[in-house]
Amino acid sequence: MHLMVCGGTGCRASASDTIEQKLKNKLEEKNLENDIQVVTTGCFGFCEKGPIIKVLPDNTFYTQVSPDDVDEIIEEHIIKGRQLTRLLYKDPQKDETIADAKDMGFYKKQLRIALRNCGFINPENIEEYIARDGYEALGKVLTEMQPMDVIDAVKTSGIRGRGGGGFPTGLKWEFAYNNQSDQKYVVCNADEGDPGAFMDRSILEGDPHSVIEAMSICGYSMGSDTGIVYIRAEYPLAINRLKTAINQAREFGLLGEDIMGSGFNFDIQLRYGAGAFVCGEETALIHSMEGSRGEPTIKPPYPAASGYLDKPTNVNNVETFANIPVIINKGADWFAKIGNKNSTGTKVFALAGKINNVGLIEVPMGTTLREVIFEIGGGIKDNKKFKAVQTGGPSGGCLTEEHLDTPIDFDNLLAAGSMMGSGGMIVMDEEDCMVSVAKFFLDFTVEESCGKCAPCRVGNKRLYELLTKITDGKGTREDLDILRNQSNVIKDTALCGLGQSSPSPVLSTLNNFYEEYLAHVEEERCPAGQCKNLMKYIIDEENCVGCTACARVCPVGAITGEKKKVHEIDPNLCIKCGACMDKCKFNAIFIK
Amino acid sequence: MGKIKSLADLKNMKEDLRNKVELREKSDHPESLVQVKVGMATSGIASGAKEVYNYLSEELEKRNIDALVTQTGDMGYSYAEPTIEVTLPGQEPIVFGWVDTKKADEIIERYIRNGELVDGIIPQNYETIDDK
Ligand SMILES: Cc1cc2nc3c(=O)[nH]c(=O)nc-3n(C[C@H](O)[C@H](O)[C@H](O)COP(=O)(O)O)c2cc1C
Ligand code: SF4
Repeated sequence: MHLMVCGGTGCRASASDTIEQKLKNKLEEKNLENDIQVVTTGCFGFCEKGPIIKVLPDNTFYTQVSPDDVDEIIEEHIIKGRQLTRLLYKDPQKDETIADAKDMGFYKKQLRIALRNCGFINPENIEEYIARDGYEALGKVLTEMQPMDVIDAVKTSGIRGRGGGGFPTGLKWEFAYNNQSDQKYVVCNADEGDPGAFMDRSILEGDPHSVIEAMSICGYSMGSDTGIVYIRAEYPLAINRLKTAINQAREFGLLGEDIMGSGFNFDIQLRYGAGAFVCGEETALIHSMEGSRGEPTIKPPYPAASGYLDKPTNVNNVETFANIPVIINKGADWFAKIGNKNSTGTKVFALAGKINNVGLIEVPMGTTLREVIFEIGGGIKDNKKFKAVQTGGPSGGCLTEEHLDTPIDFDNLLAAGSMMGSGGMIVMDEEDCMVSVAKFFLDFTVEESCGKCAPCRVGNKRLYELLTKITDGKGTREDLDILRNQSNVIKDTALCGLGQSSPSPVLSTLNNFYEEYLAHVEEERCPAGQCKNLMKYIIDEENCVGCTACARVCPVGAITGEKKKVHEIDPNLCIKCGACMDKCKFNAIFIK
Repeated sequence: MGKIKSLADLKNMKEDLRNKVELREKSDHPESLVQVKVGMATSGIASGAKEVYNYLSEELEKRNIDALVTQTGDMGYSYAEPTIEVTLPGQEPIVFGWVDTKKADEIIERYIRNGELVDGIIPQNYETIDDK
């Protein structure tokens, strides 16, 4: 028998280490220490109900255990084999207790479709992919289905593009199919430019064959024999794994001529991007592949009509492709049942920021933000208070407490003032300043704007300057109005998606955290205590003993005062490094 | 391995490979074959998965434990990287997090040799498409 005690941050904070020690002592007392092992595990992710103890092999899941419960657990459960009902998890919806961890809603919340093989197979061995149904969807498509059947299946599945736009994939394939041409192209967009997003990289590193297989299926359905993966050169491992996989597929006759005796030819090449965010936009991506500058052009014409080398081209995201073989194998109806009506299937998110379980997760569409952040994500680090969650990267917005029960899907996120984007999810706590967050994303946009159109090139720079003015404590109320108006102008007039969505972080923080902006401009105060220029280090006259330690440690000589007399900080010289506060033994320095 | 010439070919091959994988797990070496997968995506490697991979391959060989060490992609537990998954014959796979060479040594000696669980286990918390 094993007693698994959670050693995650959350449970540790509520005395799981004491519980562990008590369990061990009690077991020794009963001479059971050799039969029953106490094991500390990583976070169960269910910190809300911690501390957690799981009993194996019967999988009993005890929640909110306190050190006082230890005796009873040992006496009743371990010795007499009776579960302690009062410590079992209660399903909040059904109001019934659940003993077996496998039956808990929480553990059912992740569902891996796009990531099905990541972490399961060796990505450098095609045989392991084949052993897990690999290339069977391609075989089925080539031998049993007409191109239009494939397109219908993808349409029925309801899958929408995972690269950010959310355009229905089947429809896109149909456009490419309908445009007649001697040559067509299938392009996989592996540019992944959102800061913090790494799902596409993980799929290519963990399961490259799924993308190769899906591109071939797409090629067959639209009538193309050439696939191109546009991948950023900063992903050397993904590139290598992809190359290995392509070579193996060729060796096995799964890429090349007359695939599986069907007469269908298809092969894949790689193109490398230099890592400019705008090159992820499909028209810019195509220009970059052609050897021109990576600048977007106005749509239409859409790539499906005139794309790479002016030929019909279908561009899809890596994660979109990774779903396709499953749709064919398991059926479009199976897929369509997962998620919401208008957003089917799952979505991969890169959880980051002030959250306990930073990582890559895949959940059915329609899962709420609360479930993702507090259950799967394990809640906020160090038991701080949740403040906001940013989705959609530099094109998205910040959502607040009141949005926590929003089901995550394309339409709901948009309605709430953010967007799905490619799946970045950054969680912020009470110590994050929302003006600075907006500034952070704007900084990224200014850096990444290609400069082709003025609203984005000049407008974003102005927005950034205004935000800097505000975080410096020099902003005014009028600046907030200008900020909002100018954001709307950029949104309406920029040429491509980058510029059109770049003001979103500003607008969403203005809408949801207006008070915080006001505190900056009217009181010259940063409520989160992050804006350095708004902080004042002050010496408390009561506590200061004049030991001179602070004056000696200050790197810019901003502190003066005689020995044994109260010292003073010159706010004009102070660079707010905090060195004095760290040094002071008498708690005499504080921030206002 | 020859080319796959038809869907039937592919299916046959899959059956063979399935058998192979199962053989690997069970009948080939009934008690002794241990499978270890090391999560080696960029983030894993950055946090030392490569050293752990090398260490495990060498040490298991040195210590005469019949084991198959392979690399795999991102397991999703970025916060606990490097992560490894260990499958003892006939048992459910278990994922360990925060594995360095010292931890790897402990896992070999205590879990792989004696079946004792050691600290740092990460509960798996997702469904796979096979469950649906
Ligand atoms: C500024 C900008 C950056 C983009 N970056 C990416 C990217 O990194 N990866 C991606 O797949 N799509 C990106 N897109 C979306 C693509 O233009 C395109 O819609 C997508 O690749 C289509 O594939 P999907 O339908 O499978 O999502 C970006 C769009 C814009 C406007
Ligand atoms: S909106 Fe920005 S990135 Fe897009 S074309 Fe205009 S300048 Fe370039």
